[in-house]
Amino acid sequence: MGLNTTIADNKGWNLAVSIKDVNKWYGTHQALKDVSLDVESGRRVVVCGPSGSGKSTLIRCINGLEEFQKGDIVVDGVPLRPDMRGVERIRENAGMVFQQFNLFPHLTVLENCTLAPVLVKKVSKIAARETAMKFLEKVRIPEQANKFPSQLSGGQQQRVAIARALCLMPKIMLFDEPTSALDPEMVNEVLDTMIELAGEGMTMVCVTHEMGFARKVADSIIFMDAGAIAFSGTPDEFFNGNDNARVKDFIGKINHA
Amino acid sequence: MHQFSYTHVIYLIEAARWTVALSMIAFAGGSVLGFFFAIARVQPASNFVRRVTLVIMRLFQATPLLMQLFIFYFGLSIVGLELSAWTSASIALIVYTGTFLGEIWQGCINAVPQGQNDAGKALALRYPQRMSRIILPQASRIALAPTVGFLVQVIKSTSLASIVGFAELIRASQMVNNVTLRPLLVYSIVMLIYFALCWPLSLWSRHLERRMSAKGRTGSAIIDPKLQVVAA
Repeated sequence: MGLNTTIADNKGWNLAVSIKDVNKWYGTHQALKDVSLDVESGRRVVVCGPSGSGKSTLIRCINGLEEFQKGDIVVDGVPLRPDMRGVERIRENAGMVFQQFNLFPHLTVLENCTLAPVLVKKVSKIAARETAMKFLEKVRIPEQANKFPSQLSGGQQQRVAIARALCLMPKIMLFDEPTSALDPEMVNEVLDTMIELAGEGMTMVCVTHEMGFARKVADSIIFMDAGAIAFSGTPDEFFNGNDNARVKDFIGKINHA
Repeated sequence: MHQFSYTHVIYLIEAARWTVALSMIAFAGGSVLGFFFAIARVQPASNFVRRVTLVIMRLFQATPLLMQLFIFYFGLSIVGLELSAWTSASIALIVYTGTFLGEIWQGCINAVPQGQNDAGKALALRYPQRMSRIILPQASRIALAPTVGFLVQVIKSTSLASIVGFAELIRASQMVNNVTLRPLLVYSIVMLIYFALCWPLSLWSRHLERRMSAKGRTGSAIIDPKLQVVAA
């Protein structure tokens, strides 16, 4: 615990996410191998890599959706404890958007957005509704507020999911392949929302295969392979001056798709 | 010997009240018990509670209801606990219904996609909040059809209570048969009464199932086929 506090103190509030030597096993299979990653406040990090390389596992470790066996993770100065105690504090600060949207199908769009603020932040229903409408306007679907998720298109659902996460006023946004389950014509509406968010200075960690998006908004790109970080650098270094054979192979495959 | 007459039919229909009453008691009590069983089986906090609940549920599922009725009626009187036919039949049926409803509902809770729980966690909701606001509302939608389907099973099971002398429909039909000696007629009427009670429920359950699959509001939730067998 002492170590964690030091990390937070030394680099101060500037460090949004600090991941240090994290290891995770599923039984005998090692999903994460000595992964270390610092994300400063206001930075956008894109994590990519072949499927099964551990990128989703890594991002899910940050807000405690997955446990890890070794290493330290500190999110906005709050250390993630192995027993998950107090993990809610981290989750309040780190919003997450999922590949499958995971909207609550029995609640309206507006109720999806107000549920957590009312229960977690104890804000009044009226205030929560106001905030929700503000964010629904921001993702450009305020007119859908009283519909159920199943009545919306995939792109609209994902934008609601972004608005829902923003309603808790997080300092960091985690995106776990947010466009992978979308029809091609809906990918851009979601990416545009994310680009807008990045433009406002939100700290973002995105697992994505959208290399155009990565080029546009990422401050750094992390390439994962077999549970370890195989490359880390700026988009320019990633796409151009790169000798890493695996990265080259990966970029080649993506471009063919 | 009496001639079979229309008063006997009335008598049988009146006796069916007790079948309905016993079914309702079993269902009401069984629901409460089943809810606790289901929650105890899915809660992540205590492995011990999960295991003990499983053993209790399996114990009652894997033994005949008839034996359970005997235990509560005759068995408990040996240890000095004299229960009336009413009480012992009620207790046995409540426990029986509870273990099966617990099983059905546990399956329905597990049928809610894991992503829903993840989304709740990511929004910093605690376990009781996720359960009450996200998981259970969706699980109860999934549960409606198999639960109504199982109610049919409960109604038919009450017939066993006649063994310990509880005067429900079967017991009454035996008495009518004893005085009229028209078994085929008497038991046909009894069958019709059971059918009249159960058939609408089966239809309703079928209707609910179809409506749910048409609406698909629970996303990709698919009921475990095993559950439908239990409820059928």
